[in-house]
Amino acid sequence: MTEQETIKKKQAPKSQKEVVILIRDLKKAFGDKEVLKDISLELDKGENLVVLGRSGSGKSVLIQCIVGLLKPDGGSVKVFGEDVAGMSDKQLKDLRIRIGFLFQSGALYDSMTVRENMEFPLTRVLKLKDQGEIDKRVAAVLESVGLSDAIDKMPSDLSGGMRKRAGLARTLVVDPEIMLYDEPTTGLDPITSREISELIISIQKKNKTSSIIITHDMECARIASDRVLILTDGEFTKEGTFDELLKSKDKNVASYFNII
Amino acid sequence: MAEEIVVPGYKRWLGSIGDQVGFLVDFFRNLFAGGFEWSEFVRQCYEIGYRSMLLVGITSFIMGVVLILQLRPTMISFGAASMLPKTLSVSFVREIGPVIIGIICAGKIASSIGAELGSMKVTEQLDAMDVSGANPIQYLVVPRILATSIMVPVLSVLGDAIGLFGGFLALNLRDTISFKLYFTKVIASLDFSDFLPALVKTIFFGFAIGFVGCYKGFTSNRGTESVGIAANTAVVTASLWIFVIDAIAVQITSLLFY
Repeated sequence: MTEQETIKKKQAPKSQKEVVILIRDLKKAFGDKEVLKDISLELDKGENLVVLGRSGSGKSVLIQCIVGLLKPDGGSVKVFGEDVAGMSDKQLKDLRIRIGFLFQSGALYDSMTVRENMEFPLTRVLKLKDQGEIDKRVAAVLESVGLSDAIDKMPSDLSGGMRKRAGLARTLVVDPEIMLYDEPTTGLDPITSREISELIISIQKKNKTSSIIITHDMECARIASDRVLILTDGEFTKEGTFDELLKSKDKNVASYFNII
Repeated sequence: MAEEIVVPGYKRWLGSIGDQVGFLVDFFRNLFAGGFEWSEFVRQCYEIGYRSMLLVGITSFIMGVVLILQLRPTMISFGAASMLPKTLSVSFVREIGPVIIGIICAGKIASSIGAELGSMKVTEQLDAMDVSGANPIQYLVVPRILATSIMVPVLSVLGDAIGLFGGFLALNLRDTISFKLYFTKVIASLDFSDFLPALVKTIFFGFAIGFVGCYKGFTSNRGTESVGIAANTAVVTASLWIFVIDAIAVQITSLLFY
């Protein structure tokens, strides 16, 4: 039995745990380049799953398929038991409200202040009208990421770490049940990277979120992961806890862990 | 290794037409879907209208002056110098004003919308809006297209007035004509069939400018270079649309009024 088949077998639905994301045989290609080759994955409720992989290995494509930003060429993606491909626009919108997506750049709306960025999903998505409640939620979420003082700043006035935290706050303000982090620590200094990784853990504990963290930052994987999957050339080649993989003799796995 | 699939040019062109029709349908669907973004609409009217006034005013003024200076010798040679206010007003209000102002707005507004939305695409802000469950068409596209459809006609009327005033000053450089007499001649020479079709076509100019700017921005690629490409193609395409709409408008106006 190959390593990939072993991982697929391990990924078979577990009856005792509530699975929030279930991916089976996911395929995605751009032109003649196959980016994802029969990927299978499941995310348990409350779990932090780190997907490790080199640049261009298909990590970001994977989470973009989960929220319907990209349409898979084959296989199925089920979130909360519903197949994403078969959803209507309304169903997809409702699903996206339950999923927070942190982009690599933070993706703050640069024509709005931090406050307006936080208010945007509350007024446009949750359709809240009560300004008192909106202010309360914005203040609380900014406090949770340590950005209370930056509430009236423009995104261009924020540092890279602050932009990431503000982006994180904007996704958290609607209380998502699943968080998808796309390279949350890329481009940050080691201290700020550690702060973001610890923030991911505190969000998991405080908000009871389930998360997929796409990264190639081993320190982030060590701090934030309950389980790690290694994605190599569009296929999962290894699965385990961080400590299990750290002890692995596999050359491919060791190539990630030798750098720490 | 699989061979790279080469899509023929005509299929890409047809695909692009299909995308534009889809984008247009999305616009109208969201326009009537409720939840209109009034604050964004007002902001866009300010950005598009107010911030273009100086440029439109200066250009129209110069056009008015230049037209009078160019027309004067010919009109004098025909012994028709007294017809200068009428010639200027009819040509300016019917054709030159709307088209010149449309082209200026295409250069300033379509490029600015294309670059702004293209840059939002590159920095994943459009995707962020989409995955948050918000509707980027509703928030970004509908207010911009409506703002251009309303503000370009407003700018055109303003430009006409300033251009005609420029013509008055230019006429007084060599001849003497009172302000009252000049504008009495201008107003007497214009009627409903001069003003209304010109105004209606500027609504379509504005719509084309907003639509092309938004479409080019939304469909730009991921690299930073694509922001420049989006801005550039928005200007070229919107300018071309202005001439196409103008040609169609002239035919319709001729059928209806002359």
